[in-house]
Amino acid sequence: MRVVVKLFAGAREAVGDSEISTEIPDNSSIRVLRESLLKRYPTLQPLLPHAMFALNAEYAGDDASIPEGAEIACIPPVSGG
Amino acid sequence: MIELTRDLVDASALVERATSPRVGAVLMFLGVTRQFDEDRETASLQYEAYEKMALAELARLESEARRTWPISECLIVHRLGLVPLGEASVAVVTASPHRSEAFAAGQWLIDTLKERVPIWKQEHWVDGTKDWVHATELKK
Repeated sequence: MRVVVKLFAGAREAVGDSEISTEIPDNSSIRVLRESLLKRYPTLQPLLPHAMFALNAEYAGDDASIPEGAEIACIPPVSGG
Repeated sequence: MIELTRDLVDASALVERATSPRVGAVLMFLGVTRQFDEDRETASLQYEAYEKMALAELARLESEARRTWPISECLIVHRLGLVPLGEASVAVVTASPHRSEAFAAGQWLIDTLKERVPIWKQEHWVDGTKDWVHATELKK
């Protein structure tokens, strides 16, 4: 399936776009998505190992599988406050 | 009450809202744009959020704090966009019958906000350069 991933802050600037997409097998885990993004977007390399992911605006661990149509976001280390 | 705003944070209005005869303690924390980070000089800070998720996470923080401590008020406001020197980027107000719960809840709220809520700051240095703040050492 084709998935779209929202990017923020330094991750957005590393790619130059606020959304990126990649092709992964159906029901893939976040871990598989991470690997796919690393290959496709090498400029994310410094930040991606430290980033979390969110599915439908909730943090999801690396083992979580990605439902079709989920809103996916890459959350680099946060720095609010 | 939780809020993301692009306007000045009105600290006194928040304190007024939390103050009532039912509480004995009202506590406010303000995070303010600091001019010097060690020896580097900041001109301003720029904040960006994944707004939908930031609101959801802030709502989770409020309900968790209310479950844990007997607080009668819990107000969290985070500013987005450009925050000049000396202005508040975040306000946390807690109110409770006795001070220890207001302190404990306030401390937990700001610490957890900084760990969990998807908001990012960008340093705008006086020399014109900009850096997103992403702590990239591996989390314990």
